[in-house]
Amino acid sequence: MKESFFRGVKAGIPIGLGYLSVSFTFGIMAVSYGFHWWQALLISMLTVTSAGQFAGIGTMLYPGQYIEMLVSQLTINVRYSFMSISLSQKTDEKFKGIWRWLFGFMMTDEIFAVASTEKEVSRSFFAGLMTTPYLGWSLGTLIGALLGNVLPHRLMSALSLAIYGMFVAIVMPGMKESRAVVMVVLLALGLSSLFYYVPVLSQVSSGLAISICAIVAALAGAALFPVKEEA
Amino acid sequence: MDLKSFFIYLAIMAGSTYLIRAIPFAVIHKKIENQFIKSFLHYIPYAVLTAMTFPAILYATDYVLSAAVGFGVAMLFASKGKSLTVVAAAACVAVFLVESLLGTVLLS
Repeated sequence: MKESFFRGVKAGIPIGLGYLSVSFTFGIMAVSYGFHWWQALLISMLTVTSAGQFAGIGTMLYPGQYIEMLVSQLTINVRYSFMSISLSQKTDEKFKGIWRWLFGFMMTDEIFAVASTEKEVSRSFFAGLMTTPYLGWSLGTLIGALLGNVLPHRLMSALSLAIYGMFVAIVMPGMKESRAVVMVVLLALGLSSLFYYVPVLSQVSSGLAISICAIVAALAGAALFPVKEEA
Repeated sequence: MDLKSFFIYLAIMAGSTYLIRAIPFAVIHKKIENQFIKSFLHYIPYAVLTAMTFPAILYATDYVLSAAVGFGVAMLFASKGKSLTVVAAAACVAVFLVESLLGTVLLS
C-alpha cells in the first residue's frame, strides 16, 4: 500500500516539474489580465487544467458570458471523458465509489498518461501520482502571480519541454511493440499538424483539436487493427 | 470585474471540468467486453499524447531549434527504454544547452 504510494509520488515528479513552468506562465498571465494573485491561485487549485484555464480567464474579462464559458470549457475538456473511460478499465477492485469521485478531480492529460502505463491502477498509486503535480500546479501559479519574471527565463524555457519529453517516453515503447500503434501515432501526428498549420482548421481551439485528432486516430486504429486479447 | 461574477465564472469552470472528468470515471465500473471499444480505448492514450505533443512541442521553448533538438534527444532516450524522468530530464538539459549556445552565438 505505502510502497505503491511512493512509487506514484516518484512517477509524478516530472509531471510536477513540468506543471511548475506552465502554471507559472498562467500566474503571470492572470495577473497581467488584472486578476488578484489569490484569484489566479484559486482558479488553478479548483480547476487544474491548462488549456481550460487559459481560455477561461480570457472569457472572464467580459461580463455575463456564462453560456460561452460553459460551452468553451466543455469542448476544450471533452478529451478528459475519454481518458476517464479508458482508465476506468484499469483500476483495481479497491479503487471505486467515493475514491473515483475524489481522484477523478485530478484526471489531467499527464496523470492519465502515466497511469495508463500501469497494468493495474491502485488508488494508493494514483494518490501518490497526483500529489506532486497538484503542488506544482498550485505553487507555480502562486509564484508566477506574485513574482512575475523573477525566475531565470531560460530555465523556464527548458522546463517547458519536460512534459513533452514524458509523452515521448510513453509513446515510443508502444511504437516499438506494435506496428498498429505506429500507424495510429502517425495518423494522429498528421491530423494534429493539419489542425495546427491549415488556416481554417487552426481556428479550432487546441483542446478540441486534440480530442478530434485522438478520436479519429483511435477509431481508425480500432477499425483496422482490432486488439486481440488485452492483458 | 466584480467578485460576484468572478465566483460564478469560477464555479462554471471548476464544476464543468470536474464533472466531465469524474462522471465517466466514477460511473463506468463494468469491464467493457466489446472488442471495437476495447481496441479504441487501447489506442486512445497513444493518439491523445501524440496529438498533444506534435507540433506543439516545437513551439514550447524560446526557439524551434532548441525544441527540435530536445524532441530528438527525447526520442533517442525513449527508444533506448529510459524511464520517464530520465527522458524528460535529458530533453530539458538539451534545450538548456542549445539555448545557452544560441545565446552566446547571438550575443557575440
